[in-house]
Amino acid sequence: MLQKKLLWKSKNSNVGILIDKNSRVVCQGITGSAGSFHTRLMIEYGTNIVAGVTPGKKCDTHQNVPLFTSVSEAERNTGANISIIFVPAVSAKDAVFEAAEAGIELIVCITEGMPVSDLVKIKKYFALLSAATGKATKLIGPNCPGIITPEESKVGIMPGYIHKKGNIGIVSRSGTLTYEAVHQLTNNNLGQSTCIGIGGDQIIGTSFTDVLKLFEDDNDTDLVVLIGEIGGSAEEEAAEFIKNSMTKPVVGFIAGRTAPKEKRMGHAGAIISDNKGTAKGKIDALKEAGVIMVENPANIGKTVLKIV
Amino acid sequence: MKISEYQAKTILSKYGIPVPQGNIARSQDEAVKVFHHIGRKPCVVKAQILTGGRGKGGGIKFARSEQEVQDASSQLLGSTISTSQSGMAGMEVRKLLVEEAINIDREIYLAIILDRRSESPMLIISTEGGMEIEEISAKFPEKILKERIEPLFGIHKFQIRRIAQALNIDHAMLSAFSSLLSGLFNAFSENDCLLLEINPLIITGNREFCAVDAKINIDDNALYRHEEIAKWREFEKHEELEAKASEFGFSYISLDGNIGCMVNGAGLAMATMDIIKLYGMTPANFLDVGGNATVEKVKHAFNLILSDPKVKGVLVNIFGGIMKCDTIATGITEAVSNINIDIPLVVRLEGTNKDLAKKILDDSGLEIISADGMQDAAEKIVMEVKKQ
Repeated sequence: MLQKKLLWKSKNSNVGILIDKNSRVVCQGITGSAGSFHTRLMIEYGTNIVAGVTPGKKCDTHQNVPLFTSVSEAERNTGANISIIFVPAVSAKDAVFEAAEAGIELIVCITEGMPVSDLVKIKKYFALLSAATGKATKLIGPNCPGIITPEESKVGIMPGYIHKKGNIGIVSRSGTLTYEAVHQLTNNNLGQSTCIGIGGDQIIGTSFTDVLKLFEDDNDTDLVVLIGEIGGSAEEEAAEFIKNSMTKPVVGFIAGRTAPKEKRMGHAGAIISDNKGTAKGKIDALKEAGVIMVENPANIGKTVLKIV
Repeated sequence: MKISEYQAKTILSKYGIPVPQGNIARSQDEAVKVFHHIGRKPCVVKAQILTGGRGKGGGIKFARSEQEVQDASSQLLGSTISTSQSGMAGMEVRKLLVEEAINIDREIYLAIILDRRSESPMLIISTEGGMEIEEISAKFPEKILKERIEPLFGIHKFQIRRIAQALNIDHAMLSAFSSLLSGLFNAFSENDCLLLEINPLIITGNREFCAVDAKINIDDNALYRHEEIAKWREFEKHEELEAKASEFGFSYISLDGNIGCMVNGAGLAMATMDIIKLYGMTPANFLDVGGNATVEKVKHAFNLILSDPKVKGVLVNIFGGIMKCDTIATGITEAVSNINIDIPLVVRLEGTNKDLAKKILDDSGLEIISADGMQDAAEKIVMEVKKQ
């Protein structure tokens, strides 16, 4: 795990997981409105955006970032090792494949609305690629806010200023609810090591368990906040991992206790079907695994404060 | 998106899966025409509503003559059917499927779902067809067989043989069964299905297969590449607000309570519903206004919430990240100045440009109660609504 971690981080750095100030980021879809806006905000935050990719480029730079027509060209010329994707859902699968093929090690896909069968193919391809090359490509998302290691690097669309450097790791299926949790932590003077939104879709690149493993091995993380929601069984799988392999305290919140059955609550993955994926089932599983569950979403910060 | 039985059967026929002869009818006359068209054979008249448990709810009728077809269709058309799965309101019958009755030797359960855990399609089979799968798994869990399908290769021949053996399919029928399963998987993957269920799959007295009932659920995110199917979307009468919301491009779900909510982000929207409940009231809706809302969109969202007569108070909870708080504030003030609202409105705005947003709300001179944090917001809206 430590070896893998070092692939994405500089060897002498010791801050958070997956990204730090030396991460070299290429932005796919940089000239679109969301890509353009967030590239500016990421640069302002201090993210090292080394390249932008836009297939029909008309100029050499965008917001002072050198432009390329393909990810492989960007990678060759700039040594980019992380990609952030803003392209529309129709082309997002192709963008992920392109980044993986170019050897990008961490792909953060912000795009919302990707067909789930596209994700089935992507995950299959990643497994084959990793078997063939021995190198693991990691995808965060889609339909996610991205990842931030406060005061180091932000590869995502979260508002940077609410974050503060520290030792709490956050992993969540939600966007704005993560901001809410971060805000409460920062208000209680509790900084964060790394915050990751893994995305609200049915099939996603990186699971709760994947991130929990990284936090467990990370020297800068003392406690993890896990924010789940109804639908699927990712929280139950996380509970298994926590019970068997996690030594650090975990504070949890599950959204959707009042959600009706068989209705998709905004996120493609947030649906209770055939009585599976209920909030109660998840809360029980996490409690059973020793996770400190927060009932009131306004008390996430206070609950963490009591423990540390 | 759920599609109706007759639409599902249209898809299945394209993939060579045998379905009963029949057609859709929107009136008694049309039903009779279909009856004649299928050769005046004994037939079933089936309400086309998007819910399971239709048979038990009285939505399926058997008819042997023109008169019986007329009677069945007049009873069904325009009626409201409540089933264990349809919710309290029930569903209005606007269309019927009239099709030949099939003589049944055996009933089999067959479905492909997209399994989130194994991240691949999963074939689910049972010898106990005709029952709902929930009932089969409760009564005969040992009679459910699952086969993971490798998305890149489809169903392997050996898997088909294994399934045929488990279902005790005659060797003579193996080749027909094999093309049926291949057709099923192609229909599933080429149409971006999340669920494709044939229940029951009939083996007739003549040892032929026939898909007597079918249920398909299509991935909403993939509808852009299935234009024909996308046109099939229909909303129930009680889903009028959902239909409007989908036009404006945000997700809205109507609930039973009195507090209308406007929130950005699905997770925060659910957490807002939960916190309202914790403070003793129930939300009237789920509404995620999205990350890229404009002033117009906010106005639409606000008007939509207020058009629900159940709503006795509105809670706006926004954590502006991509979305700027002043956009929300402008949308709210424009919406509120156009309509006279006499119910309490509590607004919590946090994040990008929140000070500018506060100023917009303060300067508007409107009666808006501002809140600091989620807890304060929930406490205030519950208190204000109770006061009334």
